[in-house]
Amino acid sequence: MTAIAPTAQTTPARPDRTPTAMRRAGDWSRRAPLLPALVFLIVITQLPFVATLVISFMDWNSLYPDQRGFAGVGNYVDVFTDATLRDSVITTIVLTVSVVLISLLLGLGIALLLNRSFRGRGAVRTLMIAPFLVVPVAAALLWKHALFNPEYGLLNGVLTWISGSDAPQPDWITEAPLAAVIASLVWQWTPFMMLILLAGLQSQPLDALEAAKVDGASALQTFRYLTLPHMRRYLELGALLGSIYIVQNFDAVFTLTSGGLGTANLPYTIYTTFYQAHDYGRASAAGVVVVAGTIAIATFALRVVSSLFREEEGRA
Amino acid sequence: MSTVIATKPETAAPHKAKATRPGAARGRGAPLLGLLAWIVGILFFLPVAWMVLTAFHSEQDAATNPPSVAADLTLQGFREFFGATSGASPWPPLINSATASIVSTLLVLALAIPAAYALSIRPVRKWTDVLFFFLSTKMLPVVAGLLPVYLIAQQVGMLDNVWTLVILYTSMNLPIAVWMMRSFLAEVPIEILEAAAIDGAGLLTVLRRVIVPVAMPGIAATALICFIFSWNEMLFARVLTGVVAQTAPVFLTSFVTSQGLFLAKVCAAATAISLPVLAAGFAAQDKLVQGLSLGAVK
Repeated sequence: MTAIAPTAQTTPARPDRTPTAMRRAGDWSRRAPLLPALVFLIVITQLPFVATLVISFMDWNSLYPDQRGFAGVGNYVDVFTDATLRDSVITTIVLTVSVVLISLLLGLGIALLLNRSFRGRGAVRTLMIAPFLVVPVAAALLWKHALFNPEYGLLNGVLTWISGSDAPQPDWITEAPLAAVIASLVWQWTPFMMLILLAGLQSQPLDALEAAKVDGASALQTFRYLTLPHMRRYLELGALLGSIYIVQNFDAVFTLTSGGLGTANLPYTIYTTFYQAHDYGRASAAGVVVVAGTIAIATFALRVVSSLFREEEGRA
Repeated sequence: MSTVIATKPETAAPHKAKATRPGAARGRGAPLLGLLAWIVGILFFLPVAWMVLTAFHSEQDAATNPPSVAADLTLQGFREFFGATSGASPWPPLINSATASIVSTLLVLALAIPAAYALSIRPVRKWTDVLFFFLSTKMLPVVAGLLPVYLIAQQVGMLDNVWTLVILYTSMNLPIAVWMMRSFLAEVPIEILEAAAIDGAGLLTVLRRVIVPVAMPGIAATALICFIFSWNEMLFARVLTGVVAQTAPVFLTSFVTSQGLFLAKVCAAATAISLPVLAAGFAAQDKLVQGLSLGAVK
């Protein structure tokens, strides 16, 4: 081996060792670890979306297979003129905004409570996170049958306890369907918000708080001028992740009301268009509209309003 | 321990000296706020407690108004759920859920850790754009891609197949995992990496021998969250599986509609199916907090 080595090294210096080529090689060694995840994600999520885009311009109802053909923008006209779909857009917005806002505010309040030291703080935190851990379908069934049920649900049971057998016994889901869905989702998502915000509160630098105290700032002033600015990113993160998941909520709507009584949100409506009406073209067009809307709003929120992407420009 | 700490005041371990937190100082003056925290905690836990209690009641006791809190406890609901007296066994769906959740979580980690390395430790150019792309795939509503996925699965004969779910759950959790891992890896001290580079360690060695051990708590948090989201998923599972690959959440819904309503049995099923996630979440609370606050923020 040693005898051969010198001859092997006599090969001329490889021509591609120029500075640009080296930088390119460096770039590739940086990109390489990223590629598997990127390629996987593009193949699994973006290609189907391209297919959705194509199908959205087609007449395609699986009940009438021989009528398959090009529909132009017909499906989109349907989407924008269909009252059911328009309603479900509004329902989606109302549902998402109210659940995110209420659970963020409740979560902030509870996080502030849990950031103080008191007896059994760990135990209370354990109790608090349980709703987030219950399987969403199980949670929806629980609310529908064990809590909201007009005959033997816990809510009406408590009313009977308090004011006897002539207590009002509302049928919660029929009387306030959207509020019932919102209540169950707020219950599930408040712990999530609380955990994010609690982590934010605990990461607050203590010396600044001490200094504020020494300077005689009131608790309210400290909260307004120190805590709230520090919490901005955490609030934004909670709102962002919460919105992404709640816009797409299917389980609660499906289980609690089956989309009835004005609670059908877009995911549920698209699901029925696709699964019950078998109108693939229209379901796809609705899907594309949702994607366009979500991306537009999210891009604006993330790039313009939010500070999440404005942090350190990295170690580039 | 105590003597050591006594000689070294808070400055030595400020994060451990909880008594010096200003919150604590304010807390002494207002025990009512501690009580309020307890009340809120119990209120939020109440539905879960009610689910578990009802699961141990007989059907008669479960369906009364006012509720029968002190009724006799029975395992009847669980016995029926596990198929002792009637119908379908929950084991195939539970095993499907476990397979889909665990395998997809492992796949997510295998893909996310190198990607996070490329976004934090030696970042590619325009890494914020890449990060944004990852997140934007989460904004694409699942339903919008569901139909082609369904048609493709149908074409290649992968309907009602648990591996279809493994692939989809991996893509569902990958963006969040990359986000989380990026912030955890950003905390790996650069000196360790430089030392490893001087020793001539290749990428895989660095990942396996240096980064993974240092970032282990973050990896655990990421894995936990991926597991929870996969175990809980229902829309994909509902549309793409039938009999063979049915998962636990889908099994739970079929349970209600096909047999009328038996509240105790439904509560027993809901409790049993939530148990793995509840147990994992309670056991790893701190990791969960760490993971959710993802240092988007750090």
